Amino acid sequence: MKKIFLALSIYLISFGSLSALIEVDITRGNLDPLPIAVSPLHVDIKSVEYKDVKVKELGNNISAIIEKNFKNTGLFNPLKKEAFVQKPDIAHLKPRFEDWRLIKAQALVTGKLLVKDGKLKVEFRLWDLTAAKEMTALAFTTTPSNWRRVAHIISDKIYERLTGEEGYFDTRIIYVSESGPKEERVKKLAIMDQDGANTKYLTLGNELVLTPRFNPTNQMVTYLSYFRNMPRVYLLDIETGMQEVVGNFPGMTFAPRFSPDGKKIIMSFAEDGNSDIYTMDLETRVVERITNHSSIDTSPSFSPDGKFIVFNSDRSGLQQIYVMRSDGSDVKRVTFGKGIYGTPVWSPRGDLIAFTKVRKGRFYIGVMRVDGTGERLLTENFYQEAPSWSPNGRVLVFYRETKSGAKGEGFSAKLWSIDITGYNERKLSTKTDASDPSWSSLLSK
Amino acid sequence: MTFKKNLKNVFLVVFTTLILSACSTGKKSGNIEGDVYTGKETVKYLASGVPDRVFFATNKSSLTTASRATLRKQATYLRKNKKLNVTIEGHADERGTREYNLALGERRANAAKDYLMTYGISGKRISVISYGKEKPVNPASSNLAWSQNRRSVTVKVN
Repeated sequence: MKKIFLALSIYLISFGSLSALIEVDITRGNLDPLPIAVSPLHVDIKSVEYKDVKVKELGNNISAIIEKNFKNTGLFNPLKKEAFVQKPDIAHLKPRFEDWRLIKAQALVTGKLLVKDGKLKVEFRLWDLTAAKEMTALAFTTTPSNWRRVAHIISDKIYERLTGEEGYFDTRIIYVSESGPKEERVKKLAIMDQDGANTKYLTLGNELVLTPRFNPTNQMVTYLSYFRNMPRVYLLDIETGMQEVVGNFPGMTFAPRFSPDGKKIIMSFAEDGNSDIYTMDLETRVVERITNHSSIDTSPSFSPDGKFIVFNSDRSGLQQIYVMRSDGSDVKRVTFGKGIYGTPVWSPRGDLIAFTKVRKGRFYIGVMRVDGTGERLLTENFYQEAPSWSPNGRVLVFYRETKSGAKGEGFSAKLWSIDITGYNERKLSTKTDASDPSWSSLLSK
Repeated sequence: MTFKKNLKNVFLVVFTTLILSACSTGKKSGNIEGDVYTGKETVKYLASGVPDRVFFATNKSSLTTASRATLRKQATYLRKNKKLNVTIEGHADERGTREYNLALGERRANAAKDYLMTYGISGKRISVISYGKEKPVNPASSNLAWSQNRRSVTVKVN
């Protein structure tokens, strides 16, 4: 699948000035989103039709995706196009800054595109309207079918320029698609772009599947499948569709994740009813036992440098979160708050651990520092769990289930996201009910 | 007609009882004792007088006195039917994180298996599988449903 992606060459037209222009602070909840005008990209009249790509509307469609991405961050306020004061092609050459300022815009995105000889050429510019300066500009060429990704890549570049942090728009989410009554739920692996487009199903729903997670290059997925009624950790190559069971364990293996280098899978193996943590090297097939305790040890997640593992154990009586070295030594309990803690996931930035907390019958998604201090609960609900990090470590995606009635009616499961500031909680659009989300890294990195 | 009417009344009564027990959270009320289900609803039978399942307290995998009595009946039944093999399915309620619940279901199924083994049933005749919270028997979000879903179920495989 990666191959159909970028035959993409990115080159900078000019570097944006490094002096401080407009800036968006994403470390706090942003109650005053930056007003930004995203002009439709000008479609060059020399453009020709390409397969089923609607070339004439491409400029509008790309700009609409950029706007939606920005709006969903909660950090930007894309302005209505009716108020725009210049035609796209002219604005792209030289915006009349004072006119754009009149509609209260602080930043402007302009661009143009050409579809010719089976290629899509795009360039865009980001303008600081207050300083009356170009902040960044970029041009690239790709196949026209990739136009949605073009919109996401532009969004990432602008986000990066304005916030100083990497974006997360050119990414995908793998999750479990759910349908049917609660007692006989049909579950399939599904994958979509982070904005809900391009949903594809990777399994047919013949067997129960749970907890899919990407490898660092987003080409492989590890997950739990009940194929032949034997719950085991599997590996799936998204490109080829090839699946294989991970290791040869005589009992249930579950809760898999990749190591940060992608070479190992860390997971739980249940032996005679007791779950401990193991790793398996995918190349050498060497299995290592990491924990050996009579309690339940599960939900392991590596630190991004691979040196530590955070996991969930009930060795103290109830579920709590522990951190150890990656060889299993030096186990330290890090959660001591009231309630129980599960599903720890180490942030890709290394600074935080996200978790699910249950207290007095309510479920919380929270973050804390890696030593367990600084706990912040971001959202509370009847049932929610399984946070997964955006690649820049600023947003969490998780799933939430509703309470069901006496016959199971009213039950639903949906994906939600929230900034680690605790702001900007929103429901993701999925074609079906959904659970167990895992966010990819940036595809074009 | 009268029959239908009577049936309706019966349903009403049953329904009211359900609601009452669903609301109960106390130590001992209705069919829940210390949050372990003690009723007969949802229970199936391996043979006459041999219930197929036992129930657990929240986050626990220890067997109650009633569970042990049920499992002894299963053991007696399995001793009489020497060629019969079983799978014990371990389940959890929906009020826990998915991965932990898988481990918990495994621990519950093994608690039942171990007990059967202490009554002379060979471990080779018993396989276990955990479904975590994936296969609730009662889809409601209520204390009653959750207590019925925290279970291990012995299923004949041949």
